[in-house]
Amino acid sequence: MTGANASRSARVVLAVAGAGFRRYSTYRQATVAGAFTNTVFGFMRCYVLLSVAGVAGEAGGYDRAQLATFVWVGQGLLSVVNFWNQLDLAERVRSGDVVSDLLRPMDLMTTYVATDAGRAAYAMLTRFVVPVGVGMLAFGLYLPANPVAYLAFAVSVAMAVVICSLCRYLVGLTAFWLLDVRGVSMLWMFAAGAGSGLYFPLPLLPDWLVTLLWVATPFPALLQAPLDVLVERGPAGPLLAGQLAWLAVTVVLARIVQRRGLRRLVIQGG
Amino acid sequence: MASPYWHLLVAQVRSQTQYRFSFTLELVFSTVLTLLDVATVFVLFTVNDSLGGFGGGEVFLMVGICALGFPLADFAVGNVERLRIYVRGGLFDAVLLRPLSALGQLLAMDLSARRAGRVVQGLVIYVVALVVAPIAWSPAAAVLVVLAPLSAAVFFGAIFVGAATVAFWWIESGEFANAFTYGGRDFASYPTTVFGGLFRRVFAYALGFAFVAYLPALALLGRSDPLGVPDWLRWCSPLVALFAAGLAALFWRTGVRHYRSTGS
Repeated sequence: MTGANASRSARVVLAVAGAGFRRYSTYRQATVAGAFTNTVFGFMRCYVLLSVAGVAGEAGGYDRAQLATFVWVGQGLLSVVNFWNQLDLAERVRSGDVVSDLLRPMDLMTTYVATDAGRAAYAMLTRFVVPVGVGMLAFGLYLPANPVAYLAFAVSVAMAVVICSLCRYLVGLTAFWLLDVRGVSMLWMFAAGAGSGLYFPLPLLPDWLVTLLWVATPFPALLQAPLDVLVERGPAGPLLAGQLAWLAVTVVLARIVQRRGLRRLVIQGG
Repeated sequence: MASPYWHLLVAQVRSQTQYRFSFTLELVFSTVLTLLDVATVFVLFTVNDSLGGFGGGEVFLMVGICALGFPLADFAVGNVERLRIYVRGGLFDAVLLRPLSALGQLLAMDLSARRAGRVVQGLVIYVVALVVAPIAWSPAAAVLVVLAPLSAAVFFGAIFVGAATVAFWWIESGEFANAFTYGGRDFASYPTTVFGGLFRRVFAYALGFAFVAYLPALALLGRSDPLGVPDWLRWCSPLVALFAAGLAALFWRTGVRHYRSTGS
């Protein structure tokens, strides 16, 4: 690819991401409602985890400030990484609208991932800030002294966003076979909820299980990794490397499944 | 009179079971999804054998009451959370035009068959909890064992309806209701002593979530509330649930009266 071509496609990706950002920035009231809900859950999970830490003041190798940070920043990231909402893809496959996506001079996967990245950027500015702010005021959070940790956190969040987009893209692609993806989407919610550290920090589990989750599933890369980077639980390098590996795997997997799915595409009512 | 609702229900179940593979997956995983909450409590107890001054069996009893009460409410009236979609899309106009109860139609139009699995699972969890927990058995306790999850169901049902009714005023309320439905369930599953400050006062007493599982569990265990709630109040969950249901019904009626079509 020549330099001019590369910069043109980078501009297109940015434009699509910008459109995603603007699209979600119109849902202001839903943003307020969502931030409120994340905050309520922040209080809930934070009190529970601090109670687990109890008099020892430590659980799974996290001290109280680290646990509070884990919960509140986790609630903030939940809507940035966006576990629960599926991409429009499945609905567009079912209705046949995916055809107009395919007619565009831009790759299907890139379009969806870029739009979702725009959405994540908007969530970072709104829904991330509210619970983290409340948590800081109500409990006091762990703030790394080393400025590099913040940079590593930003990189880690960006990778988590893209990996999660790709995973949900894969869930959406199953619509080419199943048409109705609610079942697969439930499976995703179960697995992602259990394996990502959303309900409790994964190190509370036995070591072998944590290792298995990291090696066999992308889920720890979605939430546990950025949170561990932020609270400086061990060096950031291996965590980022683990995320990078899963990023590569999900990209390749999404390409393969997309190619096979498109072969099965039948336009209904055409 | 029951027959139009019956037809709506049957049509729903048939339409949802059309994609069989997807339906089976959904039934299985939406059922095990709720197991995660119970599993979380187990994981927490591997780290610390006491939570807010209560042992594993005692907390498990609170979890059990919620694990049965919540899915019962979710199965019966959980669909009401789709109200905001109907209000926004204008479908609620059609609902009001039909000569049937608005709430009844909403519930029948979207009954999700997959939620049935959770009720069965909740019942199993509750029975196990009753065996594991150190219950101070007495005739009164035996009655409360039956009434506690039913009261919890009525209470959660009231929360579902109340939180969804907000959509008549605030259409874009999005996830707002979840803070009180799923959030309320999480709050009620743990001893109230775990929480603190204003958050505890609002959720436990102002909204009444302490009455769902914590206080009846104390009565069953024969323990007094360390936070000083009088002993007789531990037996009052059924009354609180009925009161909440009355409030929710009143709120719903006000909402329906207030409703003006979006006009789109």
